[in-house]
Amino acid sequence: MTFMKRVPTGGAIAVALFLVSTASASAFTACQVTDTGGIDDSSFNQTAWKGALDAKDELGIDARYLESQAESDYDANLNSLQGGECDVIVTVGFLMGDATKKAAEANPDQKYSIVDFAYDPTIPNVLGQVYATDEAAFLAGYLAAGMSKTGILGTFGGINIPPVTIFMDGFVAGTNYYNTQKGTNVTVLGWDPVAREGLFTNNFESLDDGRSFAQNLYDEGADIVLPVAGPVGLGSAALADELGTDALKIIGVDADQYLTDPEKKHVYLTSILKRMDSTVKAVIAAAKDGSFEGGLLVGTLANDGVGVAPYHDFENAVPAELKAELEAIRAGIINGSIKVTN
Amino acid sequence: MSKTLNDKIDAAAETLLNRTSRGREDFETLVVVPIFAVIVALILGALIMLATNVDLATIGKSYVALAHGSVGSLSAISETLTAAIPLVLAGLGLALGFRAGLFNIGAEGQLLLGGMAAVVAGFMLDGLPWVVHLPIALLAGALVGALYASIAGWLKAATGAHEVISTIMLNLISFRLLDYFLRQPFIQKEGRADPISKSVPDSAELPRLLDWIDPNLRVHAGLFLMLAAVAFVYWILFRSKIGFAFRASGENLHAARYAGMHSSFIIIAAMATAGALAGLAGASQVLGVLDRATPGFSAGIGFDAIAVALMGRSHPLGVLLAGLLFGALEAGGRQMQVDAGVSIDLISIIQALIIVFIAAPLLVKAIFPWGFRSDSQAKGGAK
Repeated sequence: MTFMKRVPTGGAIAVALFLVSTASASAFTACQVTDTGGIDDSSFNQTAWKGALDAKDELGIDARYLESQAESDYDANLNSLQGGECDVIVTVGFLMGDATKKAAEANPDQKYSIVDFAYDPTIPNVLGQVYATDEAAFLAGYLAAGMSKTGILGTFGGINIPPVTIFMDGFVAGTNYYNTQKGTNVTVLGWDPVAREGLFTNNFESLDDGRSFAQNLYDEGADIVLPVAGPVGLGSAALADELGTDALKIIGVDADQYLTDPEKKHVYLTSILKRMDSTVKAVIAAAKDGSFEGGLLVGTLANDGVGVAPYHDFENAVPAELKAELEAIRAGIINGSIKVTN
Repeated sequence: MSKTLNDKIDAAAETLLNRTSRGREDFETLVVVPIFAVIVALILGALIMLATNVDLATIGKSYVALAHGSVGSLSAISETLTAAIPLVLAGLGLALGFRAGLFNIGAEGQLLLGGMAAVVAGFMLDGLPWVVHLPIALLAGALVGALYASIAGWLKAATGAHEVISTIMLNLISFRLLDYFLRQPFIQKEGRADPISKSVPDSAELPRLLDWIDPNLRVHAGLFLMLAAVAFVYWILFRSKIGFAFRASGENLHAARYAGMHSSFIIIAAMATAGALAGLAGASQVLGVLDRATPGFSAGIGFDAIAVALMGRSHPLGVLLAGLLFGALEAGGRQMQVDAGVSIDLISIIQALIIVFIAAPLLVKAIFPWGFRSDSQAKGGAK
């Protein structure tokens, strides 16, 4: 009886509001499911969503997104996008790998693409987008080693998963390369590439964690910190802002955080770019013109899928010699003469 | 002769009147207040959208999506039920605690550890037939939840430590415990470095009920568990001796003690029952929906369940309805974001507003005076 009372209320609202609603019909719709941390994280999710927005501007498509507020939302969010309204569904994040696979197998006619996950064997209706982020992080590691006054660098990650640790691997490898070239002994705290262990906040949300992890690294002597945890790094940037960039600098990830975090832009020495925006846009374009195929799309330094952002405010602080060395290393990585593995 | 008959009739009439007015009051607090609270919250939600520069058409579209995504199709109903199951289970536990005068904030921790135990029982005992395996996994979840909650109960009974503080602290401990367990080699999924457990084999999973219609329909057999739990908690609270003791100590601990009830035992038993239900909520989530545990697997269900229990006025049926409403808001909220592009955070705001209005029934009565009997009428009726 009480339940009956409740249902008509919802129904009445639905009917009343249906009268004022308008249905939008667009020829092509791209849908995106974000990972936790929010669409406005200045970093991971925001970069991937920018790809859909760029496609919207340039291709005239309709773009929608659905935020995951917790890991348990992945399946539910993918379900909400069923029903034929989405021409392509882009899932953003390694942790969505299982959920995307399940959805793709249950809906073989639906096109899917996932950022940061490579299926082996590949699934015919899923295009994975992965990135050789270590190539760009290698450059950032070399730069940081050259810029550090204390000879100690720091890094921490969100969760110990391959798309996060590949940043840290490259960063440590670049620092080690600097040491062998220059005979120095710059160390990186927070990641051991052999034992595969390091500092992790175990979330991609808490700015407080970003602050306290950076504080701990700073207390251990680190003067440049690389947070690999999406919006968590904004907390580290806030700390660097307070301490001053002489004491602590931050290296941004995913997007050029000088641009996406304008309030604290001066703390970013550079950013390791993972051009999810360009790959997502490419995937949407392919789905639209019919050339979409399941498989793998790899972003590298060579195809500009990854890169290093401009130095912006540190343009004058980075020595010309170091800049030249970085250009040479970049060329070396692209032609294969320099290996970015440790 | 006729006088006594008149007296009898008068007495009977008065009893009847009392009953109806009593029912009327219950009806008002259990049904009318929540319905108005939902309406006010939806209106305020629309005003908030207006204030954030969302145009009227989009607001209309978002509420249509809310209704459509919660009850508008088979898959919407399936999603609503899927979201409601753990909320109702954990909410029942909390409601039972509230009735016993225990403000248990620890459902989240009990749920996490219960879910963890269910996963471990799931993959460790692989090979059993499902008639044995599934009940064992569920039982493991309930048992661990009960044990974890009993810690707070025991602390209160033995030392007087307030359960609000101790359950909050136990929640924090449970987050780290879960992180720790998920990294143990015998629990962690092979080939992964992040905290994630092995998967539960099919024989321990709560079977999906409607996947023969469409593989995307996620509603699972936890639904029956939920309904059984509603009946069970109703029976315990209103039909059993221990339930009477729970309620008596909730109303007045001292009176209960003078009546010969063992308050320490009652506190621990109430906490354990609440914990068992929270643990079952965790188990139903991992065995029915996620089929493994990760650090974020609860997604705050244990906290939302507090709101569900409050909204349901700590009555099993009320909890069921409140859980269904919250499940509907969750499922509909997703559709709202997909169809209208309105942030899913708005759903949290609406949920919070509902709680505010339910917690302040006088405010709702002031806004909708015609929905309620006036105070003088109510008093007259009650006498």
